[in-house]
Order: sequence, then structure tokens, then C-alpha cells
Amino acid sequence: MNRFLHGILVLALTALVTVDAIAADVAVRAKKLYTMEGDPITNGVVVIRDGKIAAVGQAASVNIPKDAKVFDAEIVTPGLVDAHATVGLTGILNQKQDQDQLEHSDPIQPQLRAIDAYNAHDPLVEWVRQFGVTTVNTGHAPGELISGQTMIIKTRGNTVEDGLIRETATVAVTLAKSARKGGDKSPGTRGKMMSMLREAFVQTQAYMRKRDSKDPEKKADLDFKKEILASVLRKEVPLMVTADRANDIANALRLAKEFDFQLILDGAAESHLMIDEIKAAGVPVILHPTMARYYGDLQNASMETATTLRDAGILVAMQSGFEDYVPKTRVVLFEAAIAAANGLGFEGALRTITIDAAKILDIDDRVGSIAVGKDGDLALYDGDPFEYTSHCVGVLIDGQFEPGETYKQID
Amino acid sequence: MKRFWILLLALVVFAGVSTSTQAEESTTAYVGAKIIPIVGDDIERGVLIVKGGKIVEVRATDDRKFADGTEVIDVSGKVLMPGIICTHSHIGGVGGGDGSGPLHPEVRIYDAINVRSSGFRRAVAGGLTTLNIMPGSGHLLSGQTVYVKLREARTIEDMFIMLKDGRIAGGMKMANGTNSQRDKPFPGTRGKSASLVREMFVAAQEYRDKIKKAGDDESKRPDRDLGKEFLIEVLEGRRVVHHHTHRNDDIMTVLRLAKEFGFRVVLHHVSEGWMVADEIAEAGVPCSILIIDSPGGKIEARNLIFETGAILEKAGVLTAFHTDDWITDSRLFLRMAALGVRAGMSRQKALEAMTISGAKILELDDRIGSLEANKDADFVVLDGDPLSVYTKVEQTYVEGVKVFDRSDPEDHLHAVGGFGAGDDQEPYLCCREHEDD
Repeated sequence: MNRFLHGILVLALTALVTVDAIAADVAVRAKKLYTMEGDPITNGVVVIRDGKIAAVGQAASVNIPKDAKVFDAEIVTPGLVDAHATVGLTGILNQKQDQDQLEHSDPIQPQLRAIDAYNAHDPLVEWVRQFGVTTVNTGHAPGELISGQTMIIKTRGNTVEDGLIRETATVAVTLAKSARKGGDKSPGTRGKMMSMLREAFVQTQAYMRKRDSKDPEKKADLDFKKEILASVLRKEVPLMVTADRANDIANALRLAKEFDFQLILDGAAESHLMIDEIKAAGVPVILHPTMARYYGDLQNASMETATTLRDAGILVAMQSGFEDYVPKTRVVLFEAAIAAANGLGFEGALRTITIDAAKILDIDDRVGSIAVGKDGDLALYDGDPFEYTSHCVGVLIDGQFEPGETYKQID
Repeated sequence: MKRFWILLLALVVFAGVSTSTQAEESTTAYVGAKIIPIVGDDIERGVLIVKGGKIVEVRATDDRKFADGTEVIDVSGKVLMPGIICTHSHIGGVGGGDGSGPLHPEVRIYDAINVRSSGFRRAVAGGLTTLNIMPGSGHLLSGQTVYVKLREARTIEDMFIMLKDGRIAGGMKMANGTNSQRDKPFPGTRGKSASLVREMFVAAQEYRDKIKKAGDDESKRPDRDLGKEFLIEVLEGRRVVHHHTHRNDDIMTVLRLAKEFGFRVVLHHVSEGWMVADEIAEAGVPCSILIIDSPGGKIEARNLIFETGAILEKAGVLTAFHTDDWITDSRLFLRMAALGVRAGMSRQKALEAMTISGAKILELDDRIGSLEANKDADFVVLDGDPLSVYTKVEQTYVEGVKVFDRSDPEDHLHAVGGFGAGDDQEPYLCCREHEDD
């Protein structure tokens, strides 16, 4: 333990120096380097220059620049990508004043931007970062029919603007029990949910025609809601549909077919019952946390679903998801670990929180693997990252060091 | 009617026969596994001999022959450890006291448990063999808890652990802090919470004194009061209080009340226990803790840290882990010990916190919690180190009877999930929308 803490201290001191000399190159030496671009490299080196990866390869073949700040670790992976989170919007205290993930005034509010709701200083952002998470797709949570937008951001920065990769990453739709209401409120049933979504898209199609009109008399006024749905229909922004029950998944697929948008299935607890349909639709899945509570819509969830999807050739990513109670955020590293142990294997599970997550979110040109030209985002571990007793000893985000797990010193 | 008696007789005879053959006469030796007895050193290649639901012997493999008729089961390459004990669980869809008030000492949780809940199937899949099933924390005193063995059960009686004095083993669940501070008729502040608890115990003391004073004179004896009868057990130290408490000052309040009324207490959760670890140690009070994947989710848990187990260990506090199932999943309970080690706990104390420490906290350590001769044959067969994410629970035994076998398709379903594995019903969690457990 002491040696571990000592290592942390050394890393932390090194980091201070790094901050002072921002232009300096950074090099990371790994006993085992998982680039996610081919086989892992034993004794690998990554060089980061100006926040981007400048070189990667075996120690013998990569020159470490003389002035580079050097970090060492047993295992190095790409900075982890959490394909669906709510950190920054769902604050640590879980009190009204720090919960900005759901606005209940209207079931359809695609205009709500995640960037306007994100607190870069919420302790849970740092919490997930210390385990290696460097990029999150975070924003409005499942719980309203169209709850709002998500964005993609690095887990580092003073303001939301500092770490932003994409302002509007997805529009979040919920085809699940959590978005159905009681009494005389809509939507109260699955049928109503689908009809409301279809109406919203049909009206958006009409709006798009009217916005394009050359005749000023016929030109529609700007409508925030329809603008964002128009970008979905133009396939500029994917619809991330949370659907766990097989029939809800079927509904999501049907809707995507009718309106020809880019669909990402989210949650998908019963996707193991819908493999053929999902595969035929060519839709990727951001799977529920493996340690989610298996009841209600998730009563038939399985720790082996990621494996089933992967084996069928379906692109699958892991998520920390949304939790309205405890743990207020899950850690995607821990969720993937359970999948690793339930058939997915080490590299298969690592893919779900690195390159495959990046591919689903269409950010694989920047993050998700260790390759020249990509962002200098790395996660450093003192052992198998999925082992419960390993530690993340630090992360690099755009070449900047942030500490990993630190525990109160115990003699 | 006559036919009924014949049937009953047949059942009794049959039961007698089956008990004697299965549990008493046959001896089984599990040979070749690494044995982690918890009490005593690990045995690299060991023998565990079981007879009549009890452990006969635990030793290293040697040339000795087994007694005639011993069934020898080769478990080479496996790891054997004691059945895992959870000191705080809500499995079974349990609810204790209702919304009518903050104090329900007369309510027995075992009147509320559905033994067919899939939660029990998941618990044995996680290697659990003994649970303390508790009502929630939405009351200052939400009712009695029950300690159960995860035997295959048709009714809750099949799971009971009977004490020598004939009582059903269990404790009393109490709580302080925000969970039990609610709208009327509940207390609104911490001060009021403590005063209500003090009044309750004072009334129980007076009731006890009246009974004593009456002696054999039944005419002077007060009417029976179910709640106070159980509170007397608490006051006399025959029923342990399991106290939900998070904040450092709430923990101190529990210690203060325990001292005033002389009841024995286990502190549960203690999110800020690391701030008052020395005080807890000084009071000689044990803790039952859990690790949540992130702090917060409620104000009182904002300071919850992974190293609580390590800090309590250093302070010398007897500490067990609990699942708080549904809060965490019993199938992954071993993960808790491993995360404790991650944050500085010793491997030995972390494993004890899953077994013997829990047994001590439930005062059942003469029967369970370690692999030692004469203890119940509650054990788990693992395919690797208990602290590795890749390790699976292969089999779980309660009193020598296999209650989980991962190679059985139905058991496998409950171990990992899948169609038909879970419950549609949401778990009972008091105050979930705002604050809880």
C-alpha cells in the first residue's frame, strides 16, 4: 500500500512539473500497452506532443524525446470512453438543486442542451476520471419520452467548453416504464408513446418543408424542438433510444425504419431475445450497466448479454447509465469488468469502453484507441484494470496528467 | 381423518429415514482444493470432511484412508471457503413497520418474507449461506430482523436459525439520520429522533420493572405488550440492535444511546465511520459496512469512501461487509471484500469481513463463519481466488446440502440473469425518491 501511495506521489509531483511546462512532450512506458489497434504491445511506449499522440510502438522502436515527462505503468489503455452517463448533470448529493438530468414539464423536449446543464466541478466527474474514464457521453437521462440532448465531453476542464468534443451527441428518447405516466397524463401507454413520437417526426417533416420554402409567407418560424428533430431526420444526430423490454426494442426498430434516422439502442436489457432483429437493422447497442438492478424492465437482464451481442457481430458499448439513487454514478470500468468475467474476455470488454464505444458515438477519429494523430488520452494501471484489486494510477487527457485513485494513507 | 393420520405417519417415517440417510449416516470428503478456513492458515491441498450437515475435519491431504462408506469428491484446482454471511440484506420483498409511526418493535420481519423470491436464488449464486434480513431504514425502529440459513425452503420456518433458549435468531432494526426523519407522525429533527427513542426505552424499562415487581402475583402484572416484550430482550442484551447510521454525529448518537440504556449494537453503513473510528473502537462496537461504487446519491453518503474497512481495521473495530441487497447484488458480494483490499484493507480481514466477522456480529460464530470441525458445513466452491473478478462461485452448500450448482442450467440462469431470472416487482426501498439506505 505504501509503495502504491509513493507511486502516486511521484506521479503527482511529476504532474506538477508537466503543468508548468505545457509544451513539453509526454511519454508513457507500459509493460503492456493495449492500443486497441491490433495486438497488445509488450514494453510499449506512447509519445504525446501538443496533446496528440505523436508516436506509439515497442520501446525499441520509439524514441522518447529528451525533455519528455515520462510516466511508467504496468498496463496502459486508451482513456476510457463511457458511452452513456449522466455525470455532471446528476450531482453527487442527489438533491433537487443538483439534479438537472430530467425536466418533467413536457414529455417531448429535444431542445434541452446538455451543455447548459453540466457542472464540470461536480465531484462525480473527478470520481469517474480517477478510474480511467476520460470521455463521457453525458446529458439528459432516460425518464421522459424525449428527455433532451446528450453531449460528449472529456472529464477534465474548468467549464463545459474546455473539454467539449461534441455539443449535441444524441437526442435521448425513452421507450421504457420510467417515461410512462399515471392518471390523465401522456404518455401513459406504449401505444401513446409511439404515436407521440411519430407525430413529432411527421410535424418535423412538415416543418422542414416549410423552413425550406422560398416564399417568406410560407416559411415556418424557427422552432427549437423541430430544429433538433430535423437534424435527427437528416441523420446528423443519432437518436439514442432507451428500450429494455423486447417489445420496446421492437418499437424502436420500427420507428427507425419508418423515419430512417440513425438509431442507437440504449439499455437493451432484453436484446438477447432480439439478436436477429437488431442485427438485421444494423443498429449498435449501448448496454445497460452489468450491475444494474435486475427488476422491472430489467428483470430479464443478463451479465452475459454483452457477450451474446458481440458474438452475433453487433457493435456493443458499456455504459455507467443513469441512477436515481445509489451509486449516484456507476463506473464503466467496473461494469465492463463484470462483462469481461462473463464471457466477453479482457480485450472484448476493453473494446466496449474504448474503441467500440468511440465508434458508436462516431468519435473514433479522436479517441478510443492509441494511434498517431489521436487525442493524447491514456489510462494507466498497476495491474489488470478489470481486477478488483488493481488501481488506476493516473490518466492523461490531451496529454495532461490527472491523478488516479488515491486512498487515505493507512500505515 | 384416518387416512390423514396414516399419511402423516408415513411422512414422519419418510422424513426420519431421509434425514438419517442423507445427513447423519453418509460422510463426504471434498478432496484436493485449496482451503481457506478463515480461522487458521490456508491449506494448499486440503480435505474437508462433512457428516450430518457438520464439518468433521479440515486438514491437508495425506495418506490416511477415509472411513468406510465415505463419498470422496475430487475438487482439485478449486478453492473452498466458508459460506458467506451477509449481515444486512433486504431479500424477500420485505417491509417492516408501516407509515403509521416511527417505532415498531412488535413487528417481525419474518412475517413479511417471500421465500420464493428470486433474490434467494441469486444470494446462493453469490456463495451466501446466512443472511440477516432486515426491514428498511424509514423508521427509528422498523421492526425485528431475522437471521436465516439459505436452505431450500417452502416457508420461512425452513430457514430459521433456532437459539438454545428456543427463540428464533434475530436482532432489532433501528435507524437515525434523514431516512427516519419524515412528515408527521415521524420526527422532523435529530434531536426529536433521539428523544423518541429514549422515551421508548424508558417506557420499556418501566414495563420490565412492573413485571419484576409483580413477581408471581399475576393480578399485579401489566397486560402483555408485544413491542415492549422485545424491547426488554434488547435492554437485557438478548437481542442485538442493528442500527442504520451514516453521519459522524449520528454514529455518536447511537453510541450515546447504547451506553445510556445498555443495549448491544452493531453500527450499519457508517459512511462517515472513518471520521470517528477511534470512538467506535473505544466503545467496543462492531460495524457492518458496504462499499458503493460512488459516494453520494444522498446527502449522508457524500463522504462514503472505499477505505472505511481499512480505517476500521486499523482502529481495531470488528467489521463485516454487507450487501444491503437490493442496494448491491448478492451475486457479486465477494467484490466488496476485494474493493476493501483495493483501498488498503488486509486480505485476511477482508475475507473475515465476509465470514467470521459477520458470524461474530450475528453471535453465531460457534456454528458458522469458518471451516472448522463441529461447525455447520456451510461452504462455497470457487474456481479461483475469492478476490478476483474472474472467479466464479461454482457450488454453494448449506449444512452439507448443495443449494447452488452453476453447472445446473436453472442455477446458472440465476447466477448471471436472463429470461425468467428476475423479479418484475420493484424492491422495497423506503424513501427511494429522496434518501435511503
